[in-house]
Amino acid sequence: MKPAIEVERLSKSFGKPTPALDDVSLTVGEGEMVALIGPSGSGKSTLLRHLSGLALGEREWTPGRVRVLGREVQDGGRLASGIRRTRCEIGFIFQQFNLVGRLPVLTNVLAGRLGTMPLWRSLPKAFTAAEKAEALAALARVGIAECAVQRASTLSGGQQQRAAIARALVQGARVILADEPIASLDPRSARTVMDTLAAINRRDGITVVVSLHQVDYARRYCPRTVALRDGRIVFDGPSAELTPALLERIYGAEVQEVLGEAAIEAAPQRLTADLAAFAGAQHVGALEARV
Amino acid sequence: MTPTLYEPPREAASSVPRPSPLKGSLLTTFGWALAAAVLVWSWQGAEIRPWALVTDGGNMAELAADFFPPDFSDWRFYLEQMVVTLQIAVWGTVLSIVCAVPFGLLSAENVAPWWVRQPVRRLMDALRAINEMVFAMIFVVAVGLGPFAGVLALFVHTTGVLAKLFSEAVEAIDPRPVEGIRATGAHPLEEIVYGVIPQVMPLWISYSLYRFESNVRSATVVGMVGAGGIGVVLWELIRGFYFAQTCAVILVIVATVSLLDIVSARLRKLAI
Repeated sequence: MKPAIEVERLSKSFGKPTPALDDVSLTVGEGEMVALIGPSGSGKSTLLRHLSGLALGEREWTPGRVRVLGREVQDGGRLASGIRRTRCEIGFIFQQFNLVGRLPVLTNVLAGRLGTMPLWRSLPKAFTAAEKAEALAALARVGIAECAVQRASTLSGGQQQRAAIARALVQGARVILADEPIASLDPRSARTVMDTLAAINRRDGITVVVSLHQVDYARRYCPRTVALRDGRIVFDGPSAELTPALLERIYGAEVQEVLGEAAIEAAPQRLTADLAAFAGAQHVGALEARV
Repeated sequence: MTPTLYEPPREAASSVPRPSPLKGSLLTTFGWALAAAVLVWSWQGAEIRPWALVTDGGNMAELAADFFPPDFSDWRFYLEQMVVTLQIAVWGTVLSIVCAVPFGLLSAENVAPWWVRQPVRRLMDALRAINEMVFAMIFVVAVGLGPFAGVLALFVHTTGVLAKLFSEAVEAIDPRPVEGIRATGAHPLEEIVYGVIPQVMPLWISYSLYRFESNVRSATVVGMVGAGGIGVVLWELIRGFYFAQTCAVILVIVATVSLLDIVSARLRKLAI
């Protein structure tokens, strides 16, 4: 398997005594779908941002190096000169979607083309009919074609995240890095977004690295999981091997934060129980249907 | 058993060091004294003589009487010149917006590196520091008497003002959408056009309209140094002691400026 992402001895401190990334080395093969798990502050986001060159490793420490699709992203804390060319092939999905709220959804998706468009066409926003058709097709694929002309800010969180995925599709990305893509979403939207990412991975063979707060989504969607703790890789292997017992051994007291399954499954039940206490038993059936 | 054992130690409270209330009041007193000193000092510098209002009251009443009734016999000419004044303000503002966009971006912390930002900011400070009247006097010498000197004066001064306001709007944007654009491999200029401008557009429009309003007011004044428009008329009338006509011109200005303020306020509400 050809490597899509190669990380060698990457470290990052953000000026604090405990490093955000501590000598991380990692290889992800083309076409893999890998989950990155760990409690908050374990370095998941930091690692992903380094993969796209949105953050730079320490210069003085280990000679950290990142290559994506065989092209250099950063080396020894310095951004590679061809970074824009490399970023064209990396779709980045953010926890907060990072769409431009005042622009229409279609323009946000068309922004995926910017890396490969000449400036004289991109600055006046002169997209060709073919490019617009492609963007619409991408929106249709993620299931929100009807929102194309709306401002991005009018969409729900789940819809915005799917628009962001459509942008990565239009980009022609061969690697998608998703930084906590479902952390701000309700369970149903979260499943839709994860289904979309999984479909892109299976059908288009796009490499996906997705950071997740909780391990149950990793087990459900990703064959391989990389677990981080305090900026170090503490587990790298088949997601099926991540039993609660092993997680407990890895994370100790923090295990509750990554053992999300129980919390997610229990939430709607707890909600209905609370509502029942307030509203009386006869309304619960209707409420349950809505939840 | 001694019941006093469990009583709150009353004396202990005062032994804890706490900010003395006396210290606070001393500071306040000092602050007021300083403010009073500045007022007295400025009174002398500004040669304020309130009794002049009383002793020269007769003069003032006579002057005021000369203003009324206003003489509108030349109203066509006044309106014509008022339109010229508006035209000066339109072009002064438009040119300044065109220049304030790049200068504003170049003086924003989150867009330009310090070695670009600092010189641009200093240049904009200089443009802002010098009043449009001063620029008008300079441009009258450079391009001759007339409205064009007024346009240039407003243009240069307003560029400094708008660049500052524009850059403050840019510095207050949400960085995340810009990062989203950057992550697609976009050029820095594309980051600005797609990530920054859409976010600041409502504020930029609002600031520009506000500056247009105030430029209409300024355009009436730059005329006094010969830079065209109603200001020239006003200045000639005042110097010729034609107070009834002066009053008419002032009323024309007041009406126009008030009307524009209302329209512009409506438009600014639409922009946001």
